[in-house]
Amino acid sequence: MADIEFLKDKARQLRIEIVKMLTEAGSGHTGGSLSAADIVTALYFYKMKHDPRNPRWKERDRFVLSKGHAAPVLYAVLALSGYFDKSLLGSLRRLNSPLQGHPCCKSIPGIEVSTGSLGQGLSVANGIALGLRLDRISSRVYCLLGDGEIQEGQIWEAAMTASHYKIDNLCAIVDHNNLQIDGYCSDVMNVEPIEDKFKAFGWNVFTIDGHDMYEIINALDEAERIKEKPTMIVANTVKGKGVSIFEGKVQYHGMAPTHEELEIALKELKNGQN
Amino acid sequence: MGKTESICSLSNLSEFYGKDMATRDAYGITLVELGKKNPDIVVLDADLSCSTKTAKFAKVFPDRFFNMGISEQDMIGTAAGLALTGKIPFASTFAIFATGRAWEQIRQTVCYSNANVKVVATHGGITVGEDGATHQALEDIALMRVIPGMSVIVPSDAYETAQSIVKASEYYGPVYIRLGRAKVQAVMPEDYRFQIGKAYIFRIGKDANIVANGLMVSEALKAAEILREGGIDTGVANFSSVKPLDEDALFKTAKSSKLVITAEEHSIIGGLGSAVSEFLAENHPIAVKRIGISDSFGCSGPSKELLKFYGLTAENIVKIVKEFFKK
Repeated sequence: MADIEFLKDKARQLRIEIVKMLTEAGSGHTGGSLSAADIVTALYFYKMKHDPRNPRWKERDRFVLSKGHAAPVLYAVLALSGYFDKSLLGSLRRLNSPLQGHPCCKSIPGIEVSTGSLGQGLSVANGIALGLRLDRISSRVYCLLGDGEIQEGQIWEAAMTASHYKIDNLCAIVDHNNLQIDGYCSDVMNVEPIEDKFKAFGWNVFTIDGHDMYEIINALDEAERIKEKPTMIVANTVKGKGVSIFEGKVQYHGMAPTHEELEIALKELKNGQN
Repeated sequence: MGKTESICSLSNLSEFYGKDMATRDAYGITLVELGKKNPDIVVLDADLSCSTKTAKFAKVFPDRFFNMGISEQDMIGTAAGLALTGKIPFASTFAIFATGRAWEQIRQTVCYSNANVKVVATHGGITVGEDGATHQALEDIALMRVIPGMSVIVPSDAYETAQSIVKASEYYGPVYIRLGRAKVQAVMPEDYRFQIGKAYIFRIGKDANIVANGLMVSEALKAAEILREGGIDTGVANFSSVKPLDEDALFKTAKSSKLVITAEEHSIIGGLGSAVSEFLAENHPIAVKRIGISDSFGCSGPSKELLKFYGLTAENIVKIVKEFFKK
C-alpha cells in the first residue's frame, strides 16, 4: 500500500527544488514543471521500478518526458532519487552544465531520450515499449505529455501506432493544465475533447485529478491491468500548482520566479499548503 | 579485425560483386541476411516496403518488422525508441520523406540522443524518374550532412551497398544511407572493403580528378577514360562516405592535379560538391567544378533521359573538363 503522506511530502520537496533551481537559473518553465510534480513523484517514488545506482538496468521501467520544457521537474525527481547530487540543480541552464534547458540524455544519467521539441516523445515511448516486448521484458513505459503538445500531428501518428500494435506496456499521461504559452489551449487551438479523441484512437482512457495522489497511483495501478491497448491518463492539473501566485497564470509558462517570488513560494511550500 | 571478418562471413556478400542492379535491391537482400545473423536487427517502413525492398525482411521476420503506415515522423521516433532498448533499427522510406518530412525527428530524437538508428532511404536523386519533382530527393545529403553525429553514405553499386549496410549495423550511432531506384552499373573491385569515412581512389590523375558518389561513379570512370584518351590525365575517386569525409584521400587526390570535379545525383548546394569545396577552400585551394542539379527541382521522365537532361553523364563531365583546360 502506498504511503500517501510520504508521496505528498516528496512532491512538496520536488516543488521546492523546482522553484529554487528556476530562480537560480533566471529563466525556464515554472508552470508546467509545478503542474506535473505530483504525477512525476508518483512515478518515481511509487510506481516505477528503477535503480539510481544502475540507471541502465535492463529491466527498469522507462519514463519519457515528452513535454521536455518541464525539465526542472525531471531534474528534481532524479536528484531526490539519487541519480546525481542535489547541488547540481543550481547549475540549471548554465554553460557547461549537464542540466540543459531541455533534457539531454547524453549529459546526465537517468534521462532516456533527449526531448524538448514537442510531439516527439510518444513515438519514442512506443519504440521502447515495442523493444521491451520483443525482448520479453515486462517493464513498463511512461510518457508525460502536455495538453498543448497534443496539437502536434506526430502525437496522433503515435496514438495510432500504440493502438495498432496493442502496446499495453505503455501508459501515457496528459498534464492537462489548460494553458500553453500563448494562452488557454481552448483559445489558441482547442484540444478538447481529449478523452474522446484518444478513445476514438483505440486507447483506454482514465480521467483523474492530477494533484490527488491517491487518484494518481490508483490510475497508474489500474493501467497495468489493461491488456491489448495502451492507456492514456488525462490528469486534470493546475498550471503552477502549489504556489498561489503562479497558479493558473499563463505568464509563468516560460518565466522563472524572481527572488521575491521565490520567498513567497518557499514560505507556502514549506508550510505545506500543497 | 573482428568487423572485417564479420563482413566477409556474411555468406551472400560476394554475390553482389560485378552485378548491375538497383542498390535498393541489394539492400533488401542484405537485410534478410543480416536479420538471420543478428536478432537485434529490426526494420521499420512507412508504407513503401515493396519499393524500398524491406518487404523481403518483413516476410521472413514479421515480428521484427514494423509497418508504421504513412507517418515518417512517427517511424523515426519509434525507431529511436527501439534503438534505446538495444535494437538496431533500419528505418526506410523514400529519401525525400525520410530526410525532409522527418528531418527534425532525426535531428532531435535520433542524433541529439545519439540513438543507434540507421535511416536507409531509397529513391534518392533524379532517377526516381516518372514520379517527378515531389518524389525526387535532391537535397537529402545536405539535410543529413548538417546534423552533428550523422554519418552520410551514398553507395555506388550493389556490392558497395551490401557492404555499407553490414558496416552500418556494426557501427554504433546514426547513419544515413542513400539508395536509388534505378539499376546501376557495378563499379567496385572484388577486393574492395567499404569503411565509413573512407574513400576509394580508382586512380589519381595528374591533370584532373573526378570525385563522385552514387551512380555518378560509373559515369566518372567512363569520362576519365575518354579524357585520358584525349590527353587529359584524369583520375577518379569514389567518395561514398560524404560524412565523415576522407580528407586524406581528398588531399591526395587534389594535390597533384589542377582541377577537381565533383559529380553527384544531388543539388550542387550542400552535398558532396559542397563538402569537397569546403575542405579544399580551406586546405588546398584549387579549381573545383561541381556537377549535379543546379538549384532546381526535378521533373518527370525516364531516368536515363533525366540524367542526360540534367547533365549527369560522362559526356557532360568530359565537356566541362575540356572547357576548363581550353582556357
